[in-house]
Amino acid sequence: MLDDTGTVLGLLSVLLVSVATLAIGSWGLRLSRTTSDFFVASRSVRPRLNGFAISGEYLSGASFLGIAGLVLSNGAEMLWYPVGWTAGYLVLLCLVAAPLRRSGAYTLPDFAEARLHSRGVRRASALLVVVIGFLYLMPQFQGAGVALETTTGLPPWAGGLAVAVVVLLNVLAGGMRSVTFVQAFQYWLKLTALLLPLVFLVLVWLGDGGRSPADPGLVSAGVDGLAWADPIDFAGDHPLYSTYSLMVATFLGVMGLPHVVVRYYTNPDGRAARQTTLAVLALLGAFYVLPPVYGALGRLYAPGLAASGSDSVVLALPGVMVGGLGGDLLTALLTAGAFAAFLATSSGLTVAVAGVLTQDVTSRRLEGVTGFRVSAVVAVVVPYLLSLVTREVGVATVVGLAFAMAAATFCPLLLLGIWWRGLTARGAVAGLVAGGLLTGAAVVDNLVVDRTGGWIASLVGQPAAWAVPLAFLTMVVVSRLTRSQVPAHTSRFLVRLHTPETVRVDQG
Amino acid sequence: MTEHPDRTEQTERAERAERVRVTSPRTGRSRQRPRPTPASEMEAQSELGEIYLRTLLRAQLRLGLGVLLALGLTVGALPLLFVLVPWLTRAQLLGMPVSWGLLAFGCYPVLVLLAWRYVRLAERNERAFARVVERS
Repeated sequence: MLDDTGTVLGLLSVLLVSVATLAIGSWGLRLSRTTSDFFVASRSVRPRLNGFAISGEYLSGASFLGIAGLVLSNGAEMLWYPVGWTAGYLVLLCLVAAPLRRSGAYTLPDFAEARLHSRGVRRASALLVVVIGFLYLMPQFQGAGVALETTTGLPPWAGGLAVAVVVLLNVLAGGMRSVTFVQAFQYWLKLTALLLPLVFLVLVWLGDGGRSPADPGLVSAGVDGLAWADPIDFAGDHPLYSTYSLMVATFLGVMGLPHVVVRYYTNPDGRAARQTTLAVLALLGAFYVLPPVYGALGRLYAPGLAASGSDSVVLALPGVMVGGLGGDLLTALLTAGAFAAFLATSSGLTVAVAGVLTQDVTSRRLEGVTGFRVSAVVAVVVPYLLSLVTREVGVATVVGLAFAMAAATFCPLLLLGIWWRGLTARGAVAGLVAGGLLTGAAVVDNLVVDRTGGWIASLVGQPAAWAVPLAFLTMVVVSRLTRSQVPAHTSRFLVRLHTPETVRVDQG
Repeated sequence: MTEHPDRTEQTERAERAERVRVTSPRTGRSRQRPRPTPASEMEAQSELGEIYLRTLLRAQLRLGLGVLLALGLTVGALPLLFVLVPWLTRAQLLGMPVSWGLLAFGCYPVLVLLAWRYVRLAERNERAFARVVERS
């Protein structure tokens, strides 16, 4: 499969995506002038464009390559990932979107400080943004390595490095404004790159007689078709627990992802924030029906990948099923899409993490834009180095852990901060620390130890179902114990969060 | 802005003097000068403002939780449904188990529909709130 034409086309597509990304980025640069432009596009992005941008940013390598790979190797229970990643936006819409925008803060630490008037909460939030950001960036670099290795034969570290360099150039040049245009473009690139080859692959499959991948007689890697297609069959011993825990993590985790939250400040008002979220749900739904089909076809045509490197199944299928120049061209298109996925998510995360680092670490020593640039370098280099030294656990698994951590920390902070008057700064810090430590321990365990079977493995593998309620409980109990310290401006702040912009309360 | 035929010259003059912006039709009542608007009351955290806000907050929270309950009863109930009704996994549609199809393709339209409904109702709540605040 790795003939010369394929390698050349693969490299060419990576180059094209990088150049296009940088070109659109520098077009945005002419529009961005101030520090505010760098962070949040001066809040002038329309709902539809913002919807494209959020979707483009959100659909990471885990979505583009990871889901198909997981479906191939683990079966139908992995379909809960994309469902949860989409449903999280519904939870965000119903409880967070409009009030978050009306809070008028730039980042999650900004929200925490504005709501609770406490530097301590701010610092805890900033630290968590950086940790979640690193955790989410790491698998992007690893995945990029896998993708480039499959299509061009380059060593795994090269793909990650390529993504890191392009992201850094792009973010350094334009910041958020250019990232908005880049990401809107990348949504369409990703959708096209996944849809077009799929049409050819399905035609080939129908031409071959259209055998069902769920055929009971079809046994590959020791799993027959029926077991593979069973949606409740997690590898561990407690499938129902794992499924529901994954649901908790994804449904509640989306609202706490730094790169998602930062985009909400680019909406002009709370109403636009809702419209944007509605658009995002539709766009994600349109995308997420595609990867499972790749996974199913992979079971028929590339069953060998289930055991070794299933993350590459999307890229491998055109070569196996179509072959020749046509196969190479389709693979090149898919490579472009995958690369766009790594670039978009990494750019968004880098901007979010760098924004927080700028405000909370570098701002005292360096002025505005320079501080942001230094922070961006840190935000890219650290997770890239981490991606080289940790054991490879699969793109979607690590991303899943980032969701669990977001769900156990920022979800309680946002929900209680927006809807409950009783929250105090101490309660918030206690909850953030509890949620962060519990899920953090689970993350470290997953990255270092290889457990199989038993309750411990299930509980640690999917920590959200116990960590999220514990974090909520901590936040509420400590807030009640310190109830004399409820900030004096709480009512006033809640008025601001929930009053529609058409009613002109002095928004301060 | 509509002119009321029964308006006396005096109220008209007074109105012109204090007029800043008009957001709803005038009711016929006489308007005395240092009258706090509901918006400023909410800001001053007066009791009335508290009630306004509490009403909106409760309405929005009820709406949000209601839609999320619907999410729990549809998408959220699927794992339990698949365990309790194994038939869904045995029965096949176009060569794939029905449960597979539900999960891979069926959830997304439900999510979009719920979101669309929420946006409509949330905006209706806010319009109702705006009417109450500006009329009183």
